[in-house]
Amino acid sequence: MWESFLGLYNYWIVILLMMAGFYIVMSRHNLVKKLIGLNIFQSSVFLFYISVGKVADGTAPIIEKGIFSYSNPLPHVLILTAIVVGVATTSLGLALVVRLKEAYGTIEEDEINEMDAAD
Amino acid sequence: MIEHVVLRVIAKLLAPFIVLFALYVQFHGDFGPGGGFQAGVIFASAFILYALIYGVENARQIAPPAVAQAAIGLGVLIYAGTGVASMLLGGKYLDYSLLAHDAGHGQHYGILIVEFGVGVTVAAVMITVFFTFAGRRGVLEAREDVATTEDDEDR
Amino acid sequence: MITATNLALLAFLAVLAWAIARIRNLFVVTMLAGIYSLLTATVFVLLDAVDVAFTEAAVGAGITTVLFLSALLLTDREAKPRKNRLASLGPMVLVVLLGAALVYTTLDPRMPHYGDAKAPAHGRLAPEFLADTVKQVGADKPTATHIPNVVTTTLASYRGFDTLGEVVVIFTAGVGVLILLGGNATRRRRRNPAPREESSGAGSSGKGAGA
Repeated sequence: MWESFLGLYNYWIVILLMMAGFYIVMSRHNLVKKLIGLNIFQSSVFLFYISVGKVADGTAPIIEKGIFSYSNPLPHVLILTAIVVGVATTSLGLALVVRLKEAYGTIEEDEINEMDAAD
Repeated sequence: MIEHVVLRVIAKLLAPFIVLFALYVQFHGDFGPGGGFQAGVIFASAFILYALIYGVENARQIAPPAVAQAAIGLGVLIYAGTGVASMLLGGKYLDYSLLAHDAGHGQHYGILIVEFGVGVTVAAVMITVFFTFAGRRGVLEAREDVATTEDDEDR
Repeated sequence: MITATNLALLAFLAVLAWAIARIRNLFVVTMLAGIYSLLTATVFVLLDAVDVAFTEAAVGAGITTVLFLSALLLTDREAKPRKNRLASLGPMVLVVLLGAALVYTTLDPRMPHYGDAKAPAHGRLAPEFLADTVKQVGADKPTATHIPNVVTTTLASYRGFDTLGEVVVIFTAGVGVLILLGGNATRRRRRNPAPREESSGAGSSGKGAGA
């Protein structure tokens, strides 16, 4: 029982974080908040990949004398690039939010929708 | 924040060390943790720190937007160009084995060059994005000035 | 000890996510997101992903926070309260159901447990890359002439195409931000010699958008 709790704990936290991010994206109208929700969602996926890549008793995948067990380097590579791509796309999203603020005077999604409907 | 003496002195003191650390991370990435992605971000953070303390206008004189924007493309060109170079040497695209006298050294050179390209692009994008956000207010003001002078001309 | 730290850090992350969902002051939310990133980086160190932790600490806690702050300066500092409190009930129900379904799938006995060395993810490619690198480095030789960091070799050499694609994505995002927010001096130059009707039209539409 305890063992399977420890074995699945990381996944459960990942699911919780993913759902928290998803909830923020769906229920909050503020666009900056939505972007932060997306970031949380994204980082939960990162945590999932890295958790999958972990090997018990393994060590960081830098080859060294006398060490024979390493964690899986492939997820690390995928996530390493994904983090930097993530900040680049977040900045693009923020740029869109700034332009929306300039055009509509608000960053609340429902108000923007109302203004669009009024036109 | 330019009026705070402590911040000003510390920022100026730290900036060169941050750049040095970025270069270490860049070129030591094959032996320890690090590489182009991390180095680029750390390199950019030195300029962002400077811009936060001394203002964007002063920082722009150190990293002129034209240079930063050119570097965005330059990094990608270095990366893609390495692939083309390995093709010209008779190998496959991005097969670094032919870049030096033996395959191992060729791989090492190729990885160093490619990581350098990554670092250049990432650093340039981060610097440019921050300067663009921080300089947005100036752009809007300049546009308003243009609009008002046009209105004056109309009258 | 490491297990306990892992449990505690992940619990902190959950608490932070809850706080981020609740708090409306965007400045506080941005700072909490920075702390969240730093904690994630610590978890990555525990999970042996030192390169990833390095990136997350530099990007998430550093650059992302600064970008969000500079965007907040240009927009609002406070999210408005929701007019209809019941409106977030639907998403909540959906999220709880979806989360329960996902947790249920992890209970499948075939789901590899955390740290399982026999998990399918470790079956192919990664052992080959590791063995290849060990052979190249020559673990018994005193001076290693080749690259011991498998993440770097995989990133730049084995998966070089993939990384080229990622760099192009970053390039595109940078250009996109420049197009959206950059000074676009060309438009101004075009506007000056333009006929008067067009310039006044552009000005009035600009005013209408600002109002």
